Parts: sequence; C-alpha cells; structure tokens
Amino acid sequence: MAGVGMHPFGRHGELSTTEMGVTAVRAALTEAGVGRGGFQAAFCATAYGGVASGHKVLGALGMTGMPIVDVEAGCASGGAALMLAAGAIAAAQYDTVLVFGVEKMPKGIIRSSFFEPWQEEAGLAATPAYFALRAQRLMESSGVTKDHLAAVVVKNRRHGVHNDDAMFRSEVVAGDVLASRVVCEPLRLWMLCTPNEGAAAVVLRANGTGSSGAVRLAAAVLRSHVPGAVLSESTPLSGLVDDDVIPPTALAAQDAYEQAGVGPGDLDVVECQDTDAARELLSYEELALCAPGSSAELLESGATQLGGRLPVNPSGGLLSKGEPLGASALGQVVELVRQLRGQCGARQVPGARTALSHTVGRGANAGVVILTR
Amino acid sequence: MPVRDGLFVDVDPPLLVTGRCRSCGHLHFPHRRTCPYCSSERVDESRVPGRGRLWAHTAVTAAPPGYTGDVPYGFGVVELDEGLRVIGRLTEAEPSLLRRGQPMTLVVVPLHTDDDGRTVVTYAFAPSSAEPHGLDGRRPPTGAAT
Ligand SMILES: [Zn+2]
Repeated sequence: MAGVGMHPFGRHGELSTTEMGVTAVRAALTEAGVGRGGFQAAFCATAYGGVASGHKVLGALGMTGMPIVDVEAGCASGGAALMLAAGAIAAAQYDTVLVFGVEKMPKGIIRSSFFEPWQEEAGLAATPAYFALRAQRLMESSGVTKDHLAAVVVKNRRHGVHNDDAMFRSEVVAGDVLASRVVCEPLRLWMLCTPNEGAAAVVLRANGTGSSGAVRLAAAVLRSHVPGAVLSESTPLSGLVDDDVIPPTALAAQDAYEQAGVGPGDLDVVECQDTDAARELLSYEELALCAPGSSAELLESGATQLGGRLPVNPSGGLLSKGEPLGASALGQVVELVRQLRGQCGARQVPGARTALSHTVGRGANAGVVILTR
Repeated sequence: MPVRDGLFVDVDPPLLVTGRCRSCGHLHFPHRRTCPYCSSERVDESRVPGRGRLWAHTAVTAAPPGYTGDVPYGFGVVELDEGLRVIGRLTEAEPSLLRRGQPMTLVVVPLHTDDDGRTVVTYAFAPSSAEPHGLDGRRPPTGAAT
C-alpha cells in the first residue's frame, strides 16, 4: 500500500463527485510519490456516480490513457476494486495501480434500481425494514438487546469524535439513542448510518518495491451470496426453512483468512459494516471474532472499544462517518493503513500490525480486506 | 388490479403462486422459470394456501421510495406450512401486537388507486383470527419484538 488519501465523508453541497475524487486521488498519489504515467491502470468504485466516473476524476487531473474501469458492487464496491487491482498486480499485468472510490448519495432511504417497480409500489423496497428483521432475528437467536444496539452506537460515535474525516463528531448517550425516532422496530434513527458523500483512494504497488515496514495487502476478497437465506443481503422475497445458510460475509472472511495466512485471533483492529447497530454485532459472528451467538458478550467485555483487545471501528464506523457507497470500503482501508502506520493520534490502536476491513450489502456483495505490517 | 401478475390468485381465500422444483424439491417465490437453488428448469407452478407462522416482523413508519400508500404498515416474514419463508406486508402495523410463531394467513389488501381509478392490490399476511391462542385458550405472552 504505497499511498492513501481521503476526501472527508459528509454533506458537501455543490461539490461534485469528480472534485471529491480529485482530492482523494491527489493525496494518495502524492503520498506514494507517483505522478502522471506512474500507474498503469485505475479502478474506480462507485454505485451512484454514473457513466465513466473514474474517467472524469482522472481527466480532471490530466492523467488518462491507461485503462480506467468503474466497479460497482454495492457497499463492497471498494473491496471489489481492490480485489481486481491486487489480482492484476499478482498476475504481473501491472506494477502500480490506482484504486479509488467516489460517491454522492441522495438523502433519505436510498432508492435503488435493484428493486423492481412493483416492489416499490407494494412498499417492499423498504431497506431499513430488512435491517430491522435481521436485527430482530439476531436478538432472538442470541442475548442481544436494544441496550446492546444503543451501546454499539455510543461506542462508534465516541470513536468518531477523534476522526477529522467523519460526518458526526459528537458523543451520544444510550438514552438519547433509544429515544430517537423508531424507524423500523427495533431500530431507532440513530442506530442507522447516514448515506452521504466522500471519496477515498489508495495506490497499490507490486511486492518488494515498497520500503521495509510498509503496510502490505495480505488479502482482498469479494464474495456473493449463496441462495436460501430469506434475510440475505441479496434481498430475496423468499427463502428456505434453513438457518444454516452461510452468509456472504462468512464466505469472504474464510477466503481472506486463508489467503492472508492469519486467523481472527491474529487481528489487532477491525473496521466493519455498521450500516445499522445490529449489523456490527452480526459481523462479529460472521467474521468469527466471537463464537456464534456471543456478540453481545464480546461487546459487553469492552474488547471492541478503543483500549480493548480488538477495537472495532476506531474510525467511528459508518455510524459516525456516514456511508458514501463507492467510497466506504476504501475509507475503511485508508483508516487501517493509517492505523498500521501509527498515524491515528487519539484513536490509534497501539502497535497494530494486522487489520481487517469488512463491507457487505446489496447484491449480495461481501468484501473482506486484510492488511499487515 | 394486482400490483404484478403471477404473484397471487385473488380468490377467496387467496392463493400464493410459488414455484416447485422437480429436481431439488425446493419451493420458491415469486414463481420463476429457473430454480434459484439448483438452476434446473424443471419448475412447476404451485398454488399454495398461504398459511403459516410469523417468523420475523417489524413495521415501516415512513414511505419508502416509489410507495404512495399509507404508513405505517406491517412488514415481516411468514414461514408457510409448505416449507417456505416469504417476505411480505403484514396487516398489523403495531409490532408489539404480534409475536413470533403466531398463525398467519394470506390476504389481499389494497395499496392505492391508480390513474384510471382502479384499486391496486397486493398480497399480505394477517393474523389468523379463527385459530385459538394456544391449547388452553390463553393469550400467549407478547413482547418478543419490544
Ligand atoms: Zn431446484
């Protein structure tokens, strides 16, 4: 990982997707010491950016000519772009590849072309309702309560206070989280992340060309769902009577642990998909950070807060940063590269050497990236 | 007028149109030509009564994109007796009045009136009124979703 850059996540008024992308890409290239002609391919992650988003950014920088490929994989778009770049470098197709993500999301519940018009008309395109049903099942299958959901929000918002790139930078208390508007029982408004705007970029360079002690990409995996789970992120309208269908996050995590040659016990820091508070707890289980059914205990133990054994979402997570789809996965990767370099100041996980990034969303798409130093 | 053809049959009582795969035996909904579980094209249409038990539920409190009907409305998963979990609207919009495992029945409900004055309808699930609440007739404890 030769260089990283960000444009802060938030609401940026008239600022265009292209302008945000330029900021993030310029920062990553500068850090990597790479100029025009210094990379042989570019992958641009975006879901709502429209045609040729990547070309617009690199065109604005006067850096075109190489292949530029836009990649869409929902919340995991950045992970998908990173996987393609890493694969191309591993195959010796390229030496240096630019990977970036840009997004400018509409406000409110995200309208998605994924749903058919009749599903929207029937009220079935209610994205938070699917999150809520998943949360309810988690609560029934484990000891998770609404207080745990609030505690995830309190934890991540406390972490986000120290992140200049986050949208929300104030602490919240559990009582206020629980008192915020019910969106879909059991989820309250403050338990859901906010779709927003931002950009993130990384420069990937072939092994052996970086300085010693540099952060290394150990695995970048994307998986889709296997059918059967009615509440899968693939958002089907029916499913089997089977509670043991392996979720896409678990598939991606298994592959990534194997590729990187590490296990969940080796991790020092994790950034995971906290689209809603229950999704973070589900991720603990699916990433094998805890035994099935014991996500509430892991949270209660304090292990996943800053200062704990395995801090999760030290950046503040999507609950603090907001979620610009195409940029969110790479935003996690930028955070983790900075964590492994020891550049995170008040939110630094001391001595972190192994880090995992996780995104999952519609498709279904699940991305898991492992970084080591 | 149904919100989409081929989802349900609007008779009394209504039927849900599922697909049954002759290769792997699994049911799916909505009915498709190809089985989503094994890719077989040996799929038969199977109309089922739509009776089952509530498996998960919530309520939608704000109109999602493209929806012009009333809010709030119930939303959940019913596990049909035939062995299939189906996502759909619920007629009960107050989650605390429903509990996991309670008997549910397929119904057809109005959504809105279209530009030609026709009522657009869709499938939904309602608590089964005829079924007793447990063997001794007592109302079982609620609160699973609160
Ligand atoms: Zn089949």
